[in-house]
Amino acid sequence: MKPYDAIVIGAGMSGLAAALRLALFDKRVCLLEKHELWGGLNSFYTLDGHAFDVGLHALTNYVPARTKGAPLTKVLRQLRLRHDEFRLGEHHHSELRVPGVTLSFSNDFGLLESEVARAFPDQVDGFRRLAQAVREYELDEEERDDPSGRAMLATYLSDPLLIDALLVPLLYYGSARENDVDWSQLVVLFKSIFLEGLCRPEGGIRPFLNVLIKRLRGTSVDLRMRSGVRRILHDGGRAFGVELESGEVLEAACILSSAGYVESMRMCGADAERAHVATTDRGRLSFVESISVLDRDPIALGHTAATVFYSTRTPFRYERPNTLVDTTSGVISAPSNFASEKPLKENLLRVTVLANHDRWCALDDEAYAREKEQLADAAIAEAASITSDWRAATTYRDVFTPRTIRRFTGHDGGCVYGSPTKRKSGATPIDGLFLTGTDQGYLGVVGAMMSGIAMANRHVVTASSRTPASTGATT
Amino acid sequence: MTPEEVVVAIKDIIETIAPDEDVSNLDHTERLRDQIDLDSMDFLDIVMELRKLYGAQVPEEDYKELATIDGCVSYLHPLLADKELHVTAKV
Ligand SMILES: Cc1cc2nc3c(=O)[nH]c(=O)nc-3n(C[C@H](O)[C@H](O)[C@H](O)COP(=O)(O)OP(=O)(O)OC[C@H]3O[C@@H](n4cnc5c(N)ncnc54)[C@H](O)[C@@H]3O)c2cc1C
Repeated sequence: MKPYDAIVIGAGMSGLAAALRLALFDKRVCLLEKHELWGGLNSFYTLDGHAFDVGLHALTNYVPARTKGAPLTKVLRQLRLRHDEFRLGEHHHSELRVPGVTLSFSNDFGLLESEVARAFPDQVDGFRRLAQAVREYELDEEERDDPSGRAMLATYLSDPLLIDALLVPLLYYGSARENDVDWSQLVVLFKSIFLEGLCRPEGGIRPFLNVLIKRLRGTSVDLRMRSGVRRILHDGGRAFGVELESGEVLEAACILSSAGYVESMRMCGADAERAHVATTDRGRLSFVESISVLDRDPIALGHTAATVFYSTRTPFRYERPNTLVDTTSGVISAPSNFASEKPLKENLLRVTVLANHDRWCALDDEAYAREKEQLADAAIAEAASITSDWRAATTYRDVFTPRTIRRFTGHDGGCVYGSPTKRKSGATPIDGLFLTGTDQGYLGVVGAMMSGIAMANRHVVTASSRTPASTGATT
Repeated sequence: MTPEEVVVAIKDIIETIAPDEDVSNLDHTERLRDQIDLDSMDFLDIVMELRKLYGAQVPEEDYKELATIDGCVSYLHPLLADKELHVTAKV
């Protein structure tokens, strides 16, 4: 068979965006996904008649249509999608909660500014300078010295409680590094959460993915589900194809992998993994998430925020716990507290807390099932203690752990945010094999799509479009 | 294609690649980049569509000629003079 122009590994957000982008340039693309469903970390499932989203709390990076220079505008533009196709509903407000302090914020940055002025009057000048520095920061795709985000925050703010309050969402929504985040990444996250904002697509992730899948089906992309890649084939340091779990071999001039850096190196063989993977490349952070179905609207219980980012202890710890979970910090998401055209089919509250992948995987099945329920109880009890208690209103609950995340997305260690070392150019030690998504460095739904587009542009579209133009050849 | 049809062709392509933008109000002399925030990747899309729809080749060094609608017309009209106009975007 004639080789493809590109093989994309993984039909998560980054892989879908990359394949769609390449199709617009008439590239021959094969998009391979090992599961029967697309979406990856942002997929969906049905359990006992309840329709759940895997990962979606909030879509970050919300801006209205046609907002210049914003990542969402770029993603829509480069995939030729209309803003209104996704019917994005904004949050009314969300909250940052640390001991003794609650700060509300919304998609109007002025609210957070006034909340900081109210709760931390001596910090607000520094906070404004911080926001200004974030706005002015020029992002580029090149690797460069990246200071600690925490250290940079301390140059603008002196109150550790405010620093913690800001770090809870910034770390939970995108740091693969324990207790810190690179400054460049912090800038991206600060913009995406506070300066741009939070929203939720009408109906959750399913209709959002449907838009992408429908569009993809109208192109020449070979979308192949249940087609896990077993090996990435390379010769003389250059990738030329993949071998599927079925044994089938597919060839391509270029491979974009969203499986992760360490995972991709492993697919290149034991020698490549030994030569190119360092301990520091392996991520350590994973999560346990519970989804409670309620018999009433969370607002009736006094829970009005769309998202609550909390730490019940100071200092806030964002690290792999030594126990199965750490319930002292987390994120509570209330999908019904985003604007929507139709009321949600069910009232849900989701809670995410940090977890230790290795400990979860060491449990036998019986202990696993028991701990899952007990620790979800503990996490919810602690979350409920700072907002409102929804346990008595719960009619159904599902819980997933690092073990579930690893099984369904193939990410080592159940690491949602991948390797702590990001490779912004996408390049790997193997020529022709590039990273996209999580380990390239952009996170979240919009971030992953941005990554897919950027890597498709850089390593496939511009790499080849120069040739026919400069030679004047016609096709 | 007449120069007027080249305007229609180029606006149609912009509408295809940027479906959120209203192309009817575009100023013909102001830079497109400033009016609807097109970046260099978006110009690649325009060039790609010109090639797909009309077989017109625009080498990279000439992208700058496409900065305004008027610029597009003067640069593209000779290339498209013997081509039929296709309109693809749903208006
Ligand atoms: C619980 C949770 C909550 C989250 N909340 C939010 C949120 O509120 N807002 C937000 O913006 N983001 C959120 N995220 C993060 C967001 O989901 C991810 O950052 C983003 O989806 C990553 O996309 P990706 O394409 O990089 O990777 P993935 O989604 O991991 O895609 C990789 C794909 O590759 C496939 N794959 C792996 N190995 C192979 C192989 N060998 N062969 C074939 N296929 C393979 C996997 O099955 C998967 O489909 C959340 C994630 C989780 C888990």
